[in-house]
Parts: sequence; structure tokens; C-alpha cells
Amino acid sequence: MHPALFFIFGGIALAGAINLLVQRAPIYSALSLVAVMGALAVLFLLLGAEFIAFIQIIVYAGAIMVLFVFVIMLLNADVPEPTRRSKVAQAIGYPVMALLLVELAGFFAAAFGATPVRTGGYLVQVAAVGQALFHEFLLPFEVTSVLFLVGVTGAVLLAARREERHGAAPRATRVHAGVPTRAMAEALSVPPNAMGGAVIEPAPQPESEPAHARAQGDGR
Amino acid sequence: MPTGIFILISLIKCAIALFVLLTLVAYIQLAERKIVAHIQSRVGPNRVGPYGFLQPAADAIKFILKEEVTPAAAHKLLYLMAPMISVVVALVAISVVPIGGTFHLFGYPTQFQIADINIGLLFLLGVMSLGVYGIVLAGWSSNSKYSFLGSLRGGSQMVSYELALGLALIGPVMIAGSLDLRQIVQAQSHIWYIIPEFVAFCIYLTAAFAETNRIPFDLPEAEGELGAGYHTEYSSMKFAMFFLAEYVNMVTVSCVATLVFLGGWHGPVFGPPQLQLWLPVFWFCLKVGFFLFLYIWVRGTLPRFRYDQLMAFGWKFLVPLALANVLITGVVLSVMK
Repeated sequence: MHPALFFIFGGIALAGAINLLVQRAPIYSALSLVAVMGALAVLFLLLGAEFIAFIQIIVYAGAIMVLFVFVIMLLNADVPEPTRRSKVAQAIGYPVMALLLVELAGFFAAAFGATPVRTGGYLVQVAAVGQALFHEFLLPFEVTSVLFLVGVTGAVLLAARREERHGAAPRATRVHAGVPTRAMAEALSVPPNAMGGAVIEPAPQPESEPAHARAQGDGR
Repeated sequence: MPTGIFILISLIKCAIALFVLLTLVAYIQLAERKIVAHIQSRVGPNRVGPYGFLQPAADAIKFILKEEVTPAAAHKLLYLMAPMISVVVALVAISVVPIGGTFHLFGYPTQFQIADINIGLLFLLGVMSLGVYGIVLAGWSSNSKYSFLGSLRGGSQMVSYELALGLALIGPVMIAGSLDLRQIVQAQSHIWYIIPEFVAFCIYLTAAFAETNRIPFDLPEAEGELGAGYHTEYSSMKFAMFFLAEYVNMVTVSCVATLVFLGGWHGPVFGPPQLQLWLPVFWFCLKVGFFLFLYIWVRGTLPRFRYDQLMAFGWKFLVPLALANVLITGVVLSVMK
């Protein structure tokens, strides 16, 4: 039972990863990545790490990938224009990738030998994860959390400073994700000529224009 | 128990749960229309069947027979997938909710629950966090401005309030010392967690309203400004699926509130063995019913938030309050040890 599940979900993870690479539209790539995350969560479950499995779902599939999808939607990232295919990159890229893969496989074979991984039949309790995090690895854990805090504070600081320089707009227009107006463009700190000539006017746009094109106009 | 019997019992339980849930959703909707009508001094639906009790059946037939419209500019695949994601996620979440004790089926002991897993609460949060894809993809794939704005609002609102929702549940989990919903309920045999964790209860309730996109947090489908929000372009059964998902989500968060704060199926139990088996289930349903009534009651009472108020309330008030609650719970617990 367990090996069969391993191959099914391992296959789904691989297929999702390949689909991620070959899809032209970014939204499909992002959704394949969600599928990969889900399949990986099942693999964690097979290894008995149920806590990690569901944290994987909550954090990666439920939060981070949602942000990815959000950004893709807001930028209205459609199928990108294909670049001119570089013959050199093709000639060098594939062999190097194959070489790296072989090297990785060799490394893992040397490190773990032929000991088969046990799937199923045992369970890591949540309490054990807590013990490991807050007793054994307390210092690394706390240091990592400080690192995250620095990152978050830095991002907020940069955003706040940019807003200050261009003068903060009234609260209501600043937060509301509505139809772009001049006040909003200012609130979002976009200089009028930075939009490539297309200055956003509050004038009503034709009804037939798709929302995506309009969302693109608000400069985020 | 043998695997075959296990699968059979699970299938039977799934079928019963699905039937009960879908019927319940249909009648919550009727109850909502009736209660809101009475709050607003109207009569409400009373044409179909006695007192309008067959209205849900009429609605279902109408939903099925309506024409399916797919906008020409829609992203077909995602447009089709979005309602499916919403419904599947909503229905999967309910599978770990326990509604009573243990009983015997075919001579094997089994629970009033489809899947008894160790980290049921985490499973619920994980599955519910995926529900946002249904809304986000629906709005984007419809390729219409109202849908798009609705799904942007819905997505950011759900991601924001998920945080407060999860943090509010940490307090009770710390006291119970388990993520297993059954053990959380059993830990409440002396005192319901609504008493020591009243603040967390209030935070949970508020966040749950936002998480299910209900008034006063129904910005994603604010009909005055957005048409119908993220499902503006959906018709017929596809629309009904979003509808269904919203009401199933309401049931789910009500169940979680009952399990974590109101002592689950605890209540006075007496009488013959059969009654002792079913009374806990009755108490559980009564408590869930209370929350469902509260949803409808609030809908008939409160106006809608403005969007920036909603975000500021979530991030600047609920999240810090929930964090403080976790901190205080931790301090009190370690002092009491």
C-alpha cells in the first residue's frame, strides 16, 4: 500500500514540476506548483511527519502560493513573448543539467547507500517536533525567527519611506483596491510619467475593456 | 478491523454525512430567508409547500434547469475548476469533525466522525486555507472587472483573517495540550474553554465571519458596488456550487467553534443506552445550530464594513489581541504548573 502511494504521489509531484516548467502562462505554472506542494505533503505523511505535512499545506499552498497567484493576477502576467532561443545555451545547458543530476544522484547514493526508506507504520508526534524545536535546536530556531523579523521590518520600512517621500494620500484611497484614479496613482507613489506615457485619468473607461487590462493600469 | 470493513464503514459514513450536510445547507438557506424576513417585518418564502418548506427543492430544480453561461473571454479551464475547488475543499474539511462518541457498526467500534486523525485541527486549518483558490481563480478567470475586484477582496481578506483565526485557536490547544479534536473535546469535560478563553472565542467568531465572507465582512460579494462579486459571471449549478461551499464553510466553522470553545458534545446525558448514544450528538447539533442562527441573526442586524476598516481591524486589532492572548495563556499555564 505505502510504496504504491509513494509512487503515485511522487509521480504527481514530478509531473507537476515538469508542467511548471513547460507551461507558458504563469498562472498555470503557479497552480502546478500548488499541486507539487500538495503531493509533497502526502510524501511527508507517508514518512510519518504529519505536522510537517499540514504545515506544508498551510504555509506553502495556503499562504505563499496564494500571494504568487495574487501577484500574477495583479500584473496580469499573460503568456510572455518568447525570447530568441540561444543555440549556445541549448548546447551547454542540457549537458550541464544532466551532469548535475548524475552528480546529485551519486551523492545521495554515497550518503545513504542502499538502505531503503521506511514509509508508513510510524508516526512523529507533534510534541516531538515541539521538543526538537524548543529544546534541542532552540538557538538556531530563535536566530532564524530574528532573521525573518529583520526581513519583514526592512520591507515595511522601505515601503513606508517610499510613501513618505511622495506624500501620503488620504487613508481611504490608499487602501482601497478600486478603480485607479489620479489620487490613487499618487498614493501608490507612481510619478505621472513613469507609466510609459499612459497617465491614468479618472475618466470612465469603456465598459467593454477587460478587467485585466485595467488592473494592469494601476501600476502595481 | 479488516481493511474491507473499514472502507465500507467509511463509505457509509461519507454518504450519510454528505446527505445530511447538503440537506442541512438547503434548509439553512430557507431558515436564513425566513429569519431575515421576520427581522425585517416581512413574511419570507411561503408559497412552495406548507410554510414554504419545499422551497429548497424548488430552488435546486431551478438551479439545475437554468442555462449555463460561460463568458466568451473567460479562461475556460480555470473558470470550470474554480467552483469545483470551492466545493471540494469545503466538503473535505468537514470529514475530520467529530460529532459524538463511539458506537458499533457491523460489530466494530467506530466514531461519529469520518476520519479520526491526530492533528484534526491542523488538517481543518490547512484545508480551509486552500478555499481561497476557488474565490481567487473564479474572479480572475471570469475576466470581468466586478469578479476580479471581488476575488481580490476575498483573497486578501481570507488570507488576513486566517491568521487571527489560527492564533485564536492556539490558546485552547495550549490548555488541552493536543491538536486532536476528540482530545480537545474530552479535555473540556470539566469546563468549556469559552470561559478561560473568552477573548479567543470572540476573536475566533469575528475571524470566522470574515473567513466565510459573511456580513458584516461580505465585501467580496458586496452587491451594491460589485454586482455579485467573484461569482458575478457564474450561472446555474456553477453558481450553486459557490453558494453550497459558502454554507458548508459556515457549518464547518460553527462545528469548530462548538468543538473548541463550547465543549463539543458534552451536555447532560441520561436514560437508556440508545439515548445515551444519541444525546451527545443532539447537544452537538444544538450548539452548531446556535452558531448558525447567530450567523443569520448578525446578517439581519449589522451593516457592512468599509474595506480599509476591515483590513485595519484584522491586522491592527485582532492579530495583536490574539498574540497577546497566546502570551497570557502561556504565562498562566506555566505559573499554574
